[in-house]
Amino acid sequence: MNWLETIRTGLDAVRSHRMRSGLTVLGILIGIAAVMLTVGLGLGAQAQISQQINSLGSNLLIITPGSVTSSSGVRGGSGSASTLTETDATALASKVVAPDIAAVAPTVQRSESLTAGTSNWTTTVVGTTPDWATVRARTVDSGRFLTGQDITDHAAVAVLAATTAQQLFGARDAVGETVTVNGVPLTVTGVLKAAGSTSVANEDDQAVVPLSTASQRLFGGATRTSVQSIYLQAQSSDRLSAAYQEADSELSALHHVRAPASADFTITSQQSILNTATSITQTLTVLLGGIAGISLLVGGVGVMNIMLVSVTERIREIGLRKALGATPRMIRRQFMVEASVLGLAGGVLGVLLGAVAGAGLSKLISQPIVFSATATLGALAVAVAIGLVFGVYPASRAARLAPIEALRSE
Amino acid sequence: MTTDVLPVLEVPLLELCDVGKTYRSGSLEVEALRGASLSIQAGEFVAITGPSGSGKSTLMHVLGCLDSPTSGTYRLAGQDVSAMSEEELADVRNRRIGFVFQQFNLLASLTAGRNVELPLCYAGVGRAERSVQALEALTRVGLDHRVQHRPGELSGGQQQRVAIARALVGDPALILADEPTGNLDSASTSDVLGLLAELHAAGRTIVLITHESDVAAAAQRTVRIFDGAICDDSDRVRGGAHRAPAVRG
Repeated sequence: MNWLETIRTGLDAVRSHRMRSGLTVLGILIGIAAVMLTVGLGLGAQAQISQQINSLGSNLLIITPGSVTSSSGVRGGSGSASTLTETDATALASKVVAPDIAAVAPTVQRSESLTAGTSNWTTTVVGTTPDWATVRARTVDSGRFLTGQDITDHAAVAVLAATTAQQLFGARDAVGETVTVNGVPLTVTGVLKAAGSTSVANEDDQAVVPLSTASQRLFGGATRTSVQSIYLQAQSSDRLSAAYQEADSELSALHHVRAPASADFTITSQQSILNTATSITQTLTVLLGGIAGISLLVGGVGVMNIMLVSVTERIREIGLRKALGATPRMIRRQFMVEASVLGLAGGVLGVLLGAVAGAGLSKLISQPIVFSATATLGALAVAVAIGLVFGVYPASRAARLAPIEALRSE
Repeated sequence: MTTDVLPVLEVPLLELCDVGKTYRSGSLEVEALRGASLSIQAGEFVAITGPSGSGKSTLMHVLGCLDSPTSGTYRLAGQDVSAMSEEELADVRNRRIGFVFQQFNLLASLTAGRNVELPLCYAGVGRAERSVQALEALTRVGLDHRVQHRPGELSGGQQQRVAIARALVGDPALILADEPTGNLDSASTSDVLGLLAELHAAGRTIVLITHESDVAAAAQRTVRIFDGAICDDSDRVRGGAHRAPAVRG
């Protein structure tokens, strides 16, 4: 009997045992769809979080001041020191000192009340330089962003984020309007394009003003040249660690830091934030994958049961086929074809169901689902292997029996 | 014995020589056959009878290569079966022997036609040729109008006739029938026995196993088996008038 005949025989058997075939296919199908969906959800969450963190700007380094110790010996928290200055930022912007740093944006920020006509809105006012837009990967939706001239002139201008503009001016175009902060009227020159809120901060609710205007005219205070943080952008992702080194050594020199432990500043890379978040979502993915694995296992045990029972109740058939001239190899092949057909049918249907359900679920919970080829193929391999082992092994044992023993079995 | 008294020196189709078969289940040993010797020429119609438990079924299983003897030798058409591999045995069952069982043993999921085709499938006969031969065999048993029916849609007598068609489809030298009428009413019984007699008339060798003496009467020769050994053979009484005497080794 050739392979074509064997395949026909196997297909006949699959077709004539509809209930059994259906249940086997169902077991495999559910296992695979479950693995696809749960792993897909985990990976989707991971992708979404890393995309949010990347939306802070790419190849980003953030320098924050260290803690300050008062004369009485009380140590403030991280960022309480006012040792980071505009001079530091200017030094880091030098291509000679730090060739791997592409853009530098020193920032000061404070929560302030903004007034426009009769409406008011309290939000974060950020004082910074034109590089901020580059570093934070932001663009204006209308009008223009800050310019170098605005900094030099201590210009009374502001760029509003989308939500802030909408709160103060409603549907009207905010460009050209005036907002008042601490009694200083600022002309709105532009509105930022919406970036979406991230787990870190609401990027769409803030007002950006020139650094000089913020420190000299809006915020006041004693240390008018100090900044709260400096955002750096490296030339490229593979220059990130070089940029880190340059910033670290330049600031250490400027601040006369002798030992790394006594540094009065901290450099955080966006990568490290990303790594933390990724490790959390990876744990989530592994957890979900584990649950999916269990459902695959349960499905597999179901498939195993159906296969074992069906082969057992077909031992008479095996005996008869042997009496009519089938060799053990022909019997094995027939059951192998049957198990493979069931396994593949379940696999293909499972992948289809997973894909369709995934697309539907993704819409329903507005959360991306990223399908993993590895997880899908792995689940498929496991399901088909279970079907093959538990379909073929008992059949090949029965095929080795003397025909009459198989024929007599009940 | 000199050769001049023998018109033809024929090798017997079946030759059992001092065959024993012991079943072992746990510590219990059952001797189903002890020293059975039997020789059947091509073209004979032999009934093997005996009370239940006498070993006649075991004898049939050994004759049909469905089970192997634990001692003695069995030659089928001159070939020693006990020395054969699984594959060779499968080939012998496929080409030389046609089986008719008491429980019909048709595959419920296949049509009558496909059931009859099964031995041809394993013999590697092509599809078109198979359905021609299957139809021919079913016509022979008078069921050519039932080719597309499944066993469940046929009466017991019809199912047994399908089984007979399946037994004769590959044109085997030997047809082995194990209580073929055991599950049938008297009308179907005479049908089936008539068919077997017809096949015998057409030159086939038939071995029929039964415990009913009226069924055994359909055969030309009756072999009685008791307690695992041949105790009576009508062939010896009749002197094998219809054939050349067996040469016993």
